[in-house]
Parts: sequence; C-alpha cells; structure tokens
Amino acid sequence: MSELATARATGALSPEELAALHAQHRPPGLFQRAARLVGLLLFFGLWELMSVVILPRIDPNLVTLMPPPTSVLAGAWELIQSGDLFKHFKASLQREAVAFLYASAAIPIGIVMGWSRTAQHLLEPVFEMLRPIPPIAWIPLAILWFGISDLQNQFIIFLGIFFPLLINTIAGVKNVEPNLIRAARCLGASELDVLVRVVFRAALPQIVTGVRVGLGVGWMALVAAELVGATSGLGWLISDARSVLRTDIILVGMISIGLAGLLIDQGLRWVAKKLLPWSLAMTR
Amino acid sequence: MGVLDVRSVVKIYPGHGAGDDPVKALADVSFTVRENEFCSILGHSGCGKTTLLNIMAGFDAATLGEITLDGRPIGKPGWERAMIFQDYALFPWLTVLGNVGFGLDMKRVPAAEREAIAKRQIALVGLNGFEHRYPHQLSGGMRQRVAIARALAVDPSVLLMDEPFAALDAQNRSMLQDEMVRIFMEQRKTMVLVTHSIEEAIKLSDRIIVMTRRPGRVKADIEVRMSRPRAEEDPEFVALKARIRDLIHDEFDLSEAPAAAAATR
Ligand SMILES: Nc1ncnc2c1ncn2[C@@H]1O[C@H](COP(=O)(O)OP(=O)(O)OP(=O)(O)O)[C@@H](O)[C@H]1O
Ligand SMILES: [Mg+2]
Repeated sequence: MSELATARATGALSPEELAALHAQHRPPGLFQRAARLVGLLLFFGLWELMSVVILPRIDPNLVTLMPPPTSVLAGAWELIQSGDLFKHFKASLQREAVAFLYASAAIPIGIVMGWSRTAQHLLEPVFEMLRPIPPIAWIPLAILWFGISDLQNQFIIFLGIFFPLLINTIAGVKNVEPNLIRAARCLGASELDVLVRVVFRAALPQIVTGVRVGLGVGWMALVAAELVGATSGLGWLISDARSVLRTDIILVGMISIGLAGLLIDQGLRWVAKKLLPWSLAMTR
Repeated sequence: MGVLDVRSVVKIYPGHGAGDDPVKALADVSFTVRENEFCSILGHSGCGKTTLLNIMAGFDAATLGEITLDGRPIGKPGWERAMIFQDYALFPWLTVLGNVGFGLDMKRVPAAEREAIAKRQIALVGLNGFEHRYPHQLSGGMRQRVAIARALAVDPSVLLMDEPFAALDAQNRSMLQDEMVRIFMEQRKTMVLVTHSIEEAIKLSDRIIVMTRRPGRVKADIEVRMSRPRAEEDPEFVALKARIRDLIHDEFDLSEAPAAAAATR
C-alpha cells in the first residue's frame, strides 16, 4: 500500500517527462570539464617552461628558488616513500582535531549565551575583548607558557576555531524562528526539550557554518604555529626545508597544506549535506 | 473538558520610553467558550485577536483579569492548549511523521504507539504517503494539514488557531475550511479560531465573537445554530453574514481615529 501511495504522491512520469527532467538537470558537460583541465595543464606547462627554459637563461641559480613542477613531483614522491609526508600530515591533522575537540565547548557556551540574556551580559564583554586578537599574536606568549610542543600548537589552533564557532552558534540561536519555540512549548516540550530538540537543531546549520569557518581559521593558525613552535607537522616541514634550501620540499609542503585545508572543508560539506538535507534545500 | 472562560481580560503592552507609549490592546474582554464548541474571533487588524490567543496559549500574560480552562487559571504553555500558526511553524528538520509525532515524544509516549497515533492523524488530514517527506517538499496547504495533525495528535482540550488559512490561496483555503468542519465533527473538541473572514467564521463556528477596534472589547457574542455542513447560499447564512458585516462596518464610523480609518479603507 505504501508503494501505491508513493506513486500517487509523485505521480507516474511519462518517458517524455523523464527526458525533459534529465535535459534540465544535466551534469556539467564534457566540454566544461575539458576546459577546466586545459586551464590546469596550461598553468603547469607555463610553470615548467619558466623554470626549465626561461629562468636558467637569466641566472642558473634561480632554478633553485623556483623548481619546475616535475622536480616538485619528484620531491613529493621522495617524501611519500620515506613516509615523512604522511607523518607530518598526520601530526598537523591530529593537532587540528584535538584543538577542535576543545574548541567545541564553544557550542554549548554559544547556545547558553544566545538563550539567556544574563549569560550573554556576563560573558560577552570578556569574549569581545579577546576576540579581535589574532590567534597568531598569541604565539610568543604560548611558546613561553607551553614551550615548543603540541600543546602550544593546539592552543593557537583552539583560539582560531573557538571564536568563529562561538559567534556563529550565538547567531544561530538568536535567529531561531520564535514560532518554532512556541509550537514546541504548546506541544508539551520542557525547557530542556526546547533547548536540545528545537533550538540546537534549528541552529545546527549555522553551527556547521561556524565549524567550517573555525576549522579554516584554525588551519591557518596551525601553520603559523608550526612554523615557529614545533618539531613536526606540515608547517615545520616547510620551515625546516627552507634552512636546507630544498625549495621543492617547501612547495610540496605548501601544496599539502592547501590540499588538506580543502579536504577538511569538502569533508565537512559532505557531512553537512548528509546530516542536514533540509537546510540546504531551504537556502537554495 | 475544554471550557474556556475569559474574564475581564485587559492587556497593556509596556512602551519603551520616549515616543513609545504603552499600548492598550485589550480592554475588559469577557466571554465563555463552552465544551466542544467552535468559537471564532472576528475583528479589525490590530484589535488584539492574536494578543488574546497568545494569552490563552500561555505565551503571554494578561495585565488584568484572567482566563481559565476548566476552572483552572492558565499557566505556562502546554499540550492541553495546542496552537496552529499562520506560518505553520513546522520543524524543518523533521519529516511529516516526525513533526506529527513531536508532541507525543514530548509526552514520552512509547515509539510504537507514537507512530500508530501519528499515522492515524496523518490519514485524518489526507496526507497518506507523505509520511517521510520534509516540510520544504510540501505545498502550503499540505504544510498546514501537517500542523493540524501535529496539534491534534497530542489530544489537546483546546485547539487554538491564529488565521491558519490566511496564507493559502482561495481554493486551498476553502478546501481546508471544509476539512476543518469534518475534523471538528469527527473529533469533537473546543476550538478557537482567529480570522478576518466572516464567511470562514460562519462556516465553522458555533459561536462568533466580534471585537471592537483597539482597544479590543467584545462587540457581539453570536451563537450560530445552523446545521453543518453550511452552504454559503443558505438564506440564514446570508442574513448572518450581512449582520456581522454591519457590526464590523459600524466600527469604522465609531473609530476614534478617523484619519487612520480612512487610510485603511
Ligand atoms: N509585543 C508587543 N508590544 C507592543 N505592542 C504590541 C505587541 N504585540 C501587539 N501589540 C499591539 O497590540 C495591538 C493588538 O495586536 P494583535 O497582534 O493582537 O492584533 P490582531 O488583532 O491580531 O491584528 P491582526 O489581525 O493584524 O493580526 C496592536 O496595536 C499591536 O501593535
Ligand atoms: Mg494577529
């Protein structure tokens, strides 16, 4: 019976209708994909040409400063085989993850601040005073407090994640449709039910936005923290390669940092899409 | 069950200082809605209809006077007084089934029973086959049906409705009005409907409260004894419609602010 009902709900589609539907919602064409590929190939081609043909004519030493993509690839292969790249990659990601766990305290704090005026008045001045200080500005103090250690790095990343997450959570809570809260109350929801089952759920899309922004800022802070205060991680990798003039490794590190940042964000988007199908549909 | 007694209710909204004076929305409103009675509240925009309904729901408190339900003063909002909103107020993250089951979940009804009741209510409003859709996948009329099912699922003593059909197109509105009549006959309970439409009030109500302009007072308390379903062509319907229109029209001429009345005309 439910199948019948679903058929009634959607209405059976004729072949022409199906064809029209597919024509309207076609995946990106082959031509557009090819254009993207051509753009990339041109970029790398020009870079190779610059490093291999043009720069050596000006001054042979310049190649050291700007190695061609092929050497960068070779450098990457070397680092992958030795396991170094993976090791540093893991160290950085781990720091980001641990810092995120601490910083997720911003979600309950933000919910309470968005919900209770007293809590907001109590906490806002302190947070408003600390927030404009860039996480990077904390590095010198953090090194004195925690030394050259994971803890120092995590602290800097924590600062990067915490504030965007807090601000977005507060805004998310404040923007909850008042009638949703009223509806829940007159359906018998207790104060805790309202907070957990309605306010948190309704604010979740904005909280996820906060997580995305936070992890992005945190990732930037991470690299800065590792450049000066670590003995592992992608930031340390490029700073270490600089001291031995291995520009190919510097470039490998830079690309890895970019890729990892992209990966984190794409992963989050994917999770959000799975978890919050309704919110994407509403903002479309 | 479900006797709603409104006793000398006055509501004054505090102003916020300079240039924002206190607003008297309701001035001494009294009437009684009997058990299992369908009561409509009619009146001009700004006469305090929503204010009155919010006090009944417990979202807001009366400045003076009180409202009782079955003899007990109304306190915090609760499932005995379920509300249907003009903008539906469905939880966008829950499916139709989840929305309709929400109140039962709050009442800690076991999952199996919850689903059975929710499905029955969904069937009652004619949404079989849409249980697993999200609100954004439904039309306005369907969303309001979900809201009706959600409110009825908790089996309230009173169902409160604030212009529930105002955002719908004419066809959907009249369809939902007919369904409301059917639901009311099937699940007898006390209902209070705020509306701008005289036809809607006559079609649905046992009692019609006509309010004055702000500050709102009861201008007329009319019992309607026609049998349901009611046809708009019925001479009794036509006569009552004319009578109520006159009552409301009077309010224009008696308005304390002629300029404002002219502007809204
Ligand atoms: N929270 C509030 N603070 C101050 N004034 C308010 C508040 N809510 C309503 N009012 C005022 O009280 C009066 C009655 O408002 P109410 O919303 O109850 O009218 P209504 O009859 O429901 O009107 P409508 O038919 O337009 O919905 C209006 O003049 C309105 O401006
Ligand atoms: Mg209103």
